[in-house]
Amino acid sequence: MGRITLDKVRKAFGDIEVIPPLDLTIEDGEFVVFVGPSGCGKSTLLRLIAGLEDVSGGQIRIDREDATNLPPAKRGLAMVFQSYALYPHMSVRKNIAFPMKMAGLPQDEQERRIEGAAKALNLTDYLDRKPGQLSGGQRQRVAIGRAIVREPAAFLFDEPLSNLDAALRVGMRLEISELHKRLATTMIYVTHDQVEAMTMADKIVVLRAGNIEQVGSPLELYNRPRNVFVAGFIGSPKMNLITGAEAAKHNATTIGIRPEHLAISTEGGAWKGEIGVSEHLGSDTFFHVTVEGQVEPLTVRASGEVSLSYGDTVWLTPNEANLHRFDAEGLRIA
Amino acid sequence: MATKHSRMSARLMISPAVLLLLGWMLIPLSMTLYFSFLRYNLLMPGMEEFTGLTNYRFFLTDPAFFAALWNTIALVVGVLVVTVIGGILLALLLDQPFFGQGIVRILVIAPFFVMPTVSALVWKNMFMNPVNGLFAHAAKALGLQPFDFLSSAPLASIIGIVSWQWLPFATLILLTALQSLDQEQLEAAEMDGAPWIKRFWYIMLPHLARAITVVILIQTIFLLSVFAEILVTTNGGPGTASTNLTYLIYMQSLLQFDVGGGSAGGVVAIILANIVAIFLMRMIGKNLDA
Amino acid sequence: MARSVSTRRKLITTVFAWAIGIAIFFPILWTILTSFKTEAAAIADPPVWFNFHWTLDNYATVQERSNYFRHFMNSVIISGGSTLLGLIIAVPAAWSMAFVPAKRTKDVLMWMLSTKMLPPVGVLVPIYLLFRDLGLLDTRIGLVIVLTLINLPIIVWMLYTYFKEIPGEILEAARMDGASLRSEIIHVLTPMAIPGMASTVLLNIILAWNEAFWTLNLTAAKAAPLTAFIASYSSPEGLFYAKLSAASTMAIAPILIMGWFSQKQLVRGLTFGAVK
Repeated sequence: MGRITLDKVRKAFGDIEVIPPLDLTIEDGEFVVFVGPSGCGKSTLLRLIAGLEDVSGGQIRIDREDATNLPPAKRGLAMVFQSYALYPHMSVRKNIAFPMKMAGLPQDEQERRIEGAAKALNLTDYLDRKPGQLSGGQRQRVAIGRAIVREPAAFLFDEPLSNLDAALRVGMRLEISELHKRLATTMIYVTHDQVEAMTMADKIVVLRAGNIEQVGSPLELYNRPRNVFVAGFIGSPKMNLITGAEAAKHNATTIGIRPEHLAISTEGGAWKGEIGVSEHLGSDTFFHVTVEGQVEPLTVRASGEVSLSYGDTVWLTPNEANLHRFDAEGLRIA
Repeated sequence: MATKHSRMSARLMISPAVLLLLGWMLIPLSMTLYFSFLRYNLLMPGMEEFTGLTNYRFFLTDPAFFAALWNTIALVVGVLVVTVIGGILLALLLDQPFFGQGIVRILVIAPFFVMPTVSALVWKNMFMNPVNGLFAHAAKALGLQPFDFLSSAPLASIIGIVSWQWLPFATLILLTALQSLDQEQLEAAEMDGAPWIKRFWYIMLPHLARAITVVILIQTIFLLSVFAEILVTTNGGPGTASTNLTYLIYMQSLLQFDVGGGSAGGVVAIILANIVAIFLMRMIGKNLDA
Repeated sequence: MARSVSTRRKLITTVFAWAIGIAIFFPILWTILTSFKTEAAAIADPPVWFNFHWTLDNYATVQERSNYFRHFMNSVIISGGSTLLGLIIAVPAAWSMAFVPAKRTKDVLMWMLSTKMLPPVGVLVPIYLLFRDLGLLDTRIGLVIVLTLINLPIIVWMLYTYFKEIPGEILEAARMDGASLRSEIIHVLTPMAIPGMASTVLLNIILAWNEAFWTLNLTAAKAAPLTAFIASYSSPEGLFYAKLSAASTMAIAPILIMGWFSQKQLVRGLTFGAVK
């Protein structure tokens, strides 16, 4: 079981409050992603749950038990670090065995679990190597293996993929998702990459400056961002945010429209603009269009077939049904 | 960045080191300070009495003090000049590609590992001795009068011996620093048309600045307290020609048993060392933060 | 990438560098050579280089007459003991400073360094008197204590810079894996820090072995290590060059070899990590 409840948890370093009182419930078996720009407090929050930092106030409950003052080892959680944090002087086998050795598990049980983890993670051939002899992806898997064998109440991942190259990252992302489906254990995953958040999470927690901006499923966040920040943060390429007269027309301070909800035409439409840089991805093409009266160019998604060149005049038309409206405080209007 | 628990264990674990060093500093220091105001001679136990600043007056007006002060400065500065300049030249040489680099490095570094008493005795007897020393042999072979180094130029000879001991240290540190210089910088300068001497002046030397400061700092700490070399070569003589502060205070306290006078000297030495230290830390502060 | 250097230039540099290297090493070489000569050959003019009657008599004489071995053992015990004791005190301190830094950590480190600036002669008198009253004069334990204290800042600093390089995440991983502070230090930190600790130990032994202020002032005959033993050759025995050389060779050989192995670490240790 791994239900984790944060009740008015706050954290201050000296006089600086990095996390104002915050409530959050993570259900058993859920894959929760904390996402936000760097410095938003997502790693600190994870470390508070792990017990690597003291809370300055509030309560952390794991399966209804108060874990606020438990040392990390007693919380029954396992963590995978950004740098993998493998013990460089121990073989892969010993690395994986370490938490079990600390817990004093019987030798044959240790062996059994190591074999199991190694098989699941494709590490069987590498058990006697040292971490230094492994590739980045393999190290990552050892770190996960070390976490699995503890059979924890929940896994904590602290930006585990940020040290991998792009291709490996996609592969590992799938592996971790696969692992979650198989183990059905609670996972809390911290990342600054909204793509990881969108692709992996059951529930995303968007953080900014220690505050929770929104909690919800990936599609909820994508379709109904609660405020301008979430709107701009979730989705790639970013949502176009427009202020000024155009927004006022819709009774809003800011309006947002995603690139795929803008129609592009060479004949006519709502907004006249000029094509800037275009990015051809094959299936899609993203045009950056400078619209009269707007400082930032708008991004438009078009099919890969559309061929327009730098400097061409075009018209953009937003799909009104998919228009997001925000008030002066940046909050969503209905 | 940690929990209360680990902070507490941290404080607990650092305290032995801090307490011991604190004790090592404060107890003897306060005793030195206390003794320095006493008339206290080990040959006349039980006669201790408070004499105010008398010890300081005697110590500071003693001509030997000025001689020792001068000798201390000459020794430190002399050795620093020789080792820093020599060290830079040697480091530049050893940084070039040549056959047997490893072995030459070992040869050059060796004197640093020789204990001060051994190097002083070897130089004194086997090299500088006016009758049987190698230098005397060499002089005679060239038809010259052998030179009695330690009687005629005691301080210079000691500077020579101490420089020999510290040259390896300076060389090693400067060489290490030189090797950490990004080759691309030099290549860029070469592309920009800078000849070797300009590359040295504008790129290598500034890069070495930090290492040079470190060499000066560390060596000064040790050179201020040169003792064994003087003890086994000249005993500070002839007269006070090669007496430095350390040796003067040693004589006063342990040879003349004048605890009060020696302590006053000790306090003076500490004050002077602090002045030097503050000066050095200023200089280092500029160079080390980067 | 480095360009190839003309062989001619390389040869010239080689000759030059070797000449200087040998010149600097020469006093040591000469001492070692002389230690195998007879006294007559040792002072021969013109000097004899290699074609003399090689003998080990000097070594035997030195051992016999002045009990070299006892002083050697004193040196071993004093430098080894002070290093071990220093390590025991310094490892926890360096751990704290490297992994649980507080606001004051930098100040504490600077203060520790500043104790090295205290001229030993400033506290010579009280230490001498304290030792006299406590019966520590001319004892190994007394010297172990003093040398531990004077080298403690260096040990702490060196360990600190090595520990700093160990990512804190690894220790946190151990904590998550259920390791207590004790097993964290024993199973994770120590094995990872072994190279750093080894060079700290090596450097400290060298420094303690060659320390020649306190060893000369606080010992007489019983506890005198090799520094003091050699000083007794000052005169008139110093005029027996061959025996002086044999004694000197024996005094410096162990440290010379150790030092050659640790020259890289020496830079780092003695500069408090300021130059790597």
